[in-house]
Amino acid sequence: MNIVACIKQVPDTAAKLQVVDSHVTWGDSPLIVNPWDEYAYEEALLLKEKFGGKAIALSMGSETAIEALKTCLAVGCDEAYLISDPALTGSDASATAYTLASAIKKLGDVDLVLMGRQAVDGDTGLTAAMLGRHLGWTVLTQVIKVAEIDPTAKTIKVERFMEEGRQVCSAKLPVVVSVIKGINEPRYPSFMGIRKASKMTIPQWGIADLGIEACKVGKAGAFVVWPEIYPMPVKETKVELIEGASPQDIAAKLADKLIAEKVL
Amino acid sequence: MTNKVWVYLDQFKGEATPSTWEVLTAAKQLTKELGGGITALVLGCEIGEIVQQAFEFGADEAVVCDDASLKDFRLEPYSAVFTKVVGEAKPEIVLAIAGTRTRDLFSYASVDLQTGVIVDATELAIKDGAVVVTRPVYAGKLLCNELCPKARPQLITVRVRAFAPPQAEAGKSGIVTKVSPVLSEDSLSTKVLDYVVEEGQVSLDGAAIVVAGGRGVNGPEGFEPIRQLAKVLGGAVGASRAAVDAGWIPYPHQVGQTGKVVSPDLYIACGISGAVQHQAGMRTSKLIIAINKDKDAPIFNLAKYGVVGDLFEVVPALTEEFKRRLGK
Ligand SMILES: Cc1cc2nc3c(=O)[nH]c(=O)nc-3n(C[C@H](O)[C@H](O)[C@H](O)COP(=O)(O)OP(=O)(O)OC[C@H]3O[C@@H](n4cnc5c(N)ncnc54)[C@H](O)[C@@H]3O)c2cc1C
Ligand SMILES: Nc1ncnc2c1ncn2[C@@H]1O[C@H](COP(=O)(O)O)[C@@H](O)[C@H]1O
Repeated sequence: MNIVACIKQVPDTAAKLQVVDSHVTWGDSPLIVNPWDEYAYEEALLLKEKFGGKAIALSMGSETAIEALKTCLAVGCDEAYLISDPALTGSDASATAYTLASAIKKLGDVDLVLMGRQAVDGDTGLTAAMLGRHLGWTVLTQVIKVAEIDPTAKTIKVERFMEEGRQVCSAKLPVVVSVIKGINEPRYPSFMGIRKASKMTIPQWGIADLGIEACKVGKAGAFVVWPEIYPMPVKETKVELIEGASPQDIAAKLADKLIAEKVL
Repeated sequence: MTNKVWVYLDQFKGEATPSTWEVLTAAKQLTKELGGGITALVLGCEIGEIVQQAFEFGADEAVVCDDASLKDFRLEPYSAVFTKVVGEAKPEIVLAIAGTRTRDLFSYASVDLQTGVIVDATELAIKDGAVVVTRPVYAGKLLCNELCPKARPQLITVRVRAFAPPQAEAGKSGIVTKVSPVLSEDSLSTKVLDYVVEEGQVSLDGAAIVVAGGRGVNGPEGFEPIRQLAKVLGGAVGASRAAVDAGWIPYPHQVGQTGKVVSPDLYIACGISGAVQHQAGMRTSKLIIAINKDKDAPIFNLAKYGVVGDLFEVVPALTEEFKRRLGK
């Protein structure tokens, strides 16, 4: 059973962001594997260890994303592919999903695609369902447990984390699954793993390799545009510290404030 | 069905999800500028009551597909009806409340409708006939104005509690158009087998009050005073990742970048330092109170009121105080 994990490279979640003319920079903060995608590659590795086949990491991004893919190889993925092309700049979720779908079709024999719940830069969480639709596969988002896979019957049973609780559902492979925290504990790359990864080649595909027309991706193909990005306006609240002779005294003063604020 | 502004009403087991009506407030804001009425799209099984409520909350007409194949939300059958109806009526905008189902539905359907999706709007404005959506990005550290300039409909979800709930007008009715399902049960590969719902707790989603505990609660039993205060205030219990990772409280309670994003009227952070990743989930709360031993904890930069002290003294005292004042 071959499994693809889709990995995005993003700025570190603790990075101090700067915005100049709606262009976001993060100084010398490192670029990392999108935190949610660590759960995707870990699940790919666990399932491959159980069922055999290959775990393949796939990323669309600039050449820097090679580092993110090396991390995937270092933890044990068998292959990694980078989709990189100047024409992809400005892609929205729709264009990204279309591009990833084209790459997955090119890879061919794949039964399961794992994604993170969302990328922590754009914070949209749209790509999984769009990708599934492009491939014509079933989509199961917010998966917190892969309960069962039957490789011969080609079925999967999962638990999904919904607003109302856990949903248990089954579907036929192939499927696109997006995963959340709690599904596993992502492993760290070992020294040996890092050494091995550094010797592996990561094939790079441009849009021509995927048979994609330039007008369908990047700025030209994106449906959604984001002309303005700016810092969240800082609320002018200076904390008012509540002090008192005893916890009861403090509680009484705080209760007065809350009642005056009409939040109760 | 010629209205420009549509709302898709999210439901679970035949009941509208608590925040869903907020989309009608957002929709009314848009029709004020764009003109026309509001069409509500309701898909599900035994959803007659939602249709009636939709009119009372401000919809002028409703397009309804009530069928057993739509009992549980599944992408294939929902998206098939959605794309058919919306593709034919060609509204300018379809709004829905942000959530797992609506995000999946809009993104899946957008491929067939050849349009874009914008999620988690906190504000909407109209510019040159298109909706400009303001939404938080980069874990709420930045804001972004997004639009879908060249394709229609604009599929937009609005964040829970970003718009006020609308006033109901009892007895108001409207025009209902019934549509048939597109896919039959035997063509569907996904089966929903079971639901495991956490009982007896106020859900974080849409909660007006959240009392949250962090590493400072120092163990699973440390959540007891937090729960008590939440109970007296009628609020939900939240937690930092440190508390969840330590196994003191299950993941559904985690607030933050890799947990839930909440926007309550009141957020009480107890023994939480206020790391940026935690802030990502609660920064937009209307009033934040911090209780922490360390006067330099970053959470005090977000809080309007703060107590520098031991949560094990302050939280129970608050519980007692509110019990008395709220007459419980
Ligand atoms: C990729 C990534 C994603 C993350 N996602 C999340 C997320 O979704 N949510 C999240 O919360 N974190 C997240 N984190 C973790 C985050 O960085 C912090 O580590 C975490 O929020 C810290 O939790 P805390 O405030 O409870 O613990 P600490 O930072 O250890 O703070 C504990 C606080 O309790 C106070 N305290 C101790 N005892 C008492 C007492 N008796 N009374 C009063 N105060 C007391 C201390 O002064 C201290 O300020 C993420 C991190 C990463 C790298
Ligand atoms: N450029 C990309 N390359 C590879 N995977 C991606 C890319 N963008 C998004 N994804 C995948 O889609 C998931 C959801 O991303 P998003 O829809 O952008 O929030 C991520 O967690 C990744 O698994």
